[in-house]
Amino acid sequence: MSKTKTSGGDALIQSLHKEGVELVFGYPGGAALHIYDALFNQSEVEHILVRHEQGAVHAADGYARSTGKPGVALVTSGPGATNAITGLATAFMDSTPVVVISGQVKSELIGTDSFQETDMIGVSRPIVKHSFLVQKAEDIPEIVKKAFHIATTGRPGPVVIDVPKDLTDPNHTFEFNYPNEINMRSYKPAKVGDPKQIKEAVDLILEAKKPVIYSGGGVIQDNASAELTELAKLLQFPITNTLMGLGAFPGTDPQFLGMLGMHGTYEANMAMHNTDLIIAVGARFDDRITNDPKQFALGAKKIHIDVDPASLSKIINVDVPVVGSAKECLSALIVELNKQKIDTNKLEPWLKQIKEWRNEHGLNHSMLDVVPDNGKILPQQVIQSLYKETEGKAFITSDVGQHQMFAAQYYFFDKPRQWINSGGLGTMGFGLPSAMGVQFAFPKDTVACVTGEGSIQMCIQELSTCFQYGLPIKIINLNNAALGMVKQWQDMQYGGRHSASTYENSLPDFCALSESYGHVGIKVTKLDELESAMKECISLKDKLVFLDVDVDPDEHVYPMLEAGNAMDFMHLSKDKKTW
Amino acid sequence: MKRVIALLMENQPGALSRVVGLFSQRGYNIETLIVAPTSDPTLSRLTMTTNGDEKVVQQITKQLDKLIDVVTVSDLGESDFVERELMLVKFDKNSIASYEIEKFEGKVVFEDNEIINLQFVGEPDKLDKLVESLNTKEPLEIVRSGSSGISSNSKTLTI
Ligand SMILES: Cc1ncc(C[n+]2csc(CCOP(=O)(O)OP(=O)(O)O)c2C)c(N)n1
Ligand SMILES: [Mg+2]
Repeated sequence: MSKTKTSGGDALIQSLHKEGVELVFGYPGGAALHIYDALFNQSEVEHILVRHEQGAVHAADGYARSTGKPGVALVTSGPGATNAITGLATAFMDSTPVVVISGQVKSELIGTDSFQETDMIGVSRPIVKHSFLVQKAEDIPEIVKKAFHIATTGRPGPVVIDVPKDLTDPNHTFEFNYPNEINMRSYKPAKVGDPKQIKEAVDLILEAKKPVIYSGGGVIQDNASAELTELAKLLQFPITNTLMGLGAFPGTDPQFLGMLGMHGTYEANMAMHNTDLIIAVGARFDDRITNDPKQFALGAKKIHIDVDPASLSKIINVDVPVVGSAKECLSALIVELNKQKIDTNKLEPWLKQIKEWRNEHGLNHSMLDVVPDNGKILPQQVIQSLYKETEGKAFITSDVGQHQMFAAQYYFFDKPRQWINSGGLGTMGFGLPSAMGVQFAFPKDTVACVTGEGSIQMCIQELSTCFQYGLPIKIINLNNAALGMVKQWQDMQYGGRHSASTYENSLPDFCALSESYGHVGIKVTKLDELESAMKECISLKDKLVFLDVDVDPDEHVYPMLEAGNAMDFMHLSKDKKTW
Repeated sequence: MKRVIALLMENQPGALSRVVGLFSQRGYNIETLIVAPTSDPTLSRLTMTTNGDEKVVQQITKQLDKLIDVVTVSDLGESDFVERELMLVKFDKNSIASYEIEKFEGKVVFEDNEIINLQFVGEPDKLDKLVESLNTKEPLEIVRSGSSGISSNSKTLTI
């Protein structure tokens, strides 16, 4: 162990290095200046200057989601800290490992309403997994160790370290010791599931005639996709993924039902409604999934595997709760099932039924062959074109709105961590900065941000960051000249009254805007230009390309669950519904 | 249904606010709350009473347990337990007679020419009733501590 004298600022950076941190996304300011000076004096931890602290946290989050390693953001006190809040809430809702270090005013000034003072610990409290206010410079290494441990283990989540300026002062030095291990008596996340519960799960599985596997983001977080796929293959059970869970099971596999929930496929929602056994893994029966929980899958037994005991029987009562890591529990389940004789024949009628549902109202994955009468480009066609030109291999980040749902429905994700979006909080503005995090982690891969003209404008300043660091992100803007998802709800529930969901011709020329930042802009207005424009966009490997596609502003996302009902109540198109 | 929840948490700044914050954040209500360091000075023990059905109380204990600072949580109602509350009452010397104090089982903890302070210890329900009776004597001030609880079997709340 190294025993050099360091300041709190140096200790902080060295601690990050010890944690394997290579990149920190941040924005400087008074209370963080000692830390920035410490960054300047070394080369192990690289700092990326964003253009807004929200972007820093989303970028760290995108880095974390794509790599599985914790992402780190550094901000100053006061406005820097409050600008980071949306990023923290986003990471919290999707349980991603992000560590945010915020500068704080000097210890002696805390509580005096001093310049740029915000109670960061107080403001962030409900949207972090944990937070630390550093009280002694000497505590910094241990706090960093704890923060990373907490952020990355159990159900991951964001952690804040608030550091008063005097504690990073270069004039105060101490011996730097980085702890090898950390033992927290109050924090011991469960790993292995209770063997008795696993056995009970096996019994239910062997009895099931109409089963479905429903998996969520927890599987991806826990790197348990291989185990999930093995289980599904072993049992031949149909499987659906949540918005957060896409990619955990190969999207192109015929066993895959597509996404479920609010804008899930007809067959996935019908299967959930009619099943006799749900195996939920790393998913939390969120209200965007269950529709009315009182009418949810009434004929089904439920097995729920989750690392967070508080998620079990929170919304839906389950028959067999299994607390533990998805990876460990799935492995244990597979071991037990391998001892059994598995009869997949009895699933035949159920699988046939699902196939019928799919044939009846499944998504049309050949939209590119459809030529709309009105000559307008359908947003689904843009996603399919993107899928085709990237050969299904790109990292896709998205913003929030119709474009997000079209991306989730029409891009097949075959790998975990390939699809990155703000599912829980639904944060417009997440797409571009999170794509930066992904592109930093995977400089050679294609990273596309599927966005809308509304969302992209929430963090568009990051185009400047992308230019500074040469990030060749592909921005696919499904430009419907409206806050499309809002407008869709207004069409469906408010008699078409478009209150504040259009911009009255105030949109910028996105191509010119991108060019002014030093990037390439490509505009597409006609369907027959789409393919070649997409080809060009994807082929420009070293350039950020802003592909601005005018899409049909009247298109809605379907299927869509009808609120207050069971999962089989779906709108299938503007004039077709299931009831 | 009223429930008494006891927990041990790290005796650290911010820990209490996380516990209290959880209640408002998740829409649970706290009826009473008391907290004090234990004989192990690194730990505080907190007792709270809340209202809710089985499912709500389960959620509350799980969510509390999830807080990083919380070391252990127990829903005392899961086994036999004893619950007590301390109440201090201030009277104008002339408004209460000593035989009445005796009848209510109060203990005089302060007395001068004008004021008398009484102490009562009991189960919260009993104190509720007592307050009704005491109110007829026009007390100047009533202060209640909130419930404290301890299980009445060999099980202890330790780390
Ligand atoms: C920060 C934030 N503000 C408001 C919303 C509510 N909201 C959800 S979708 C949406 C419209 C998004 O418009 P756009 O990005 O153009 O996507 P589209 O639906 O048109 O594809 C809005 C306003 C949100 N999710 N996030
Ligand atoms: Mg739009």
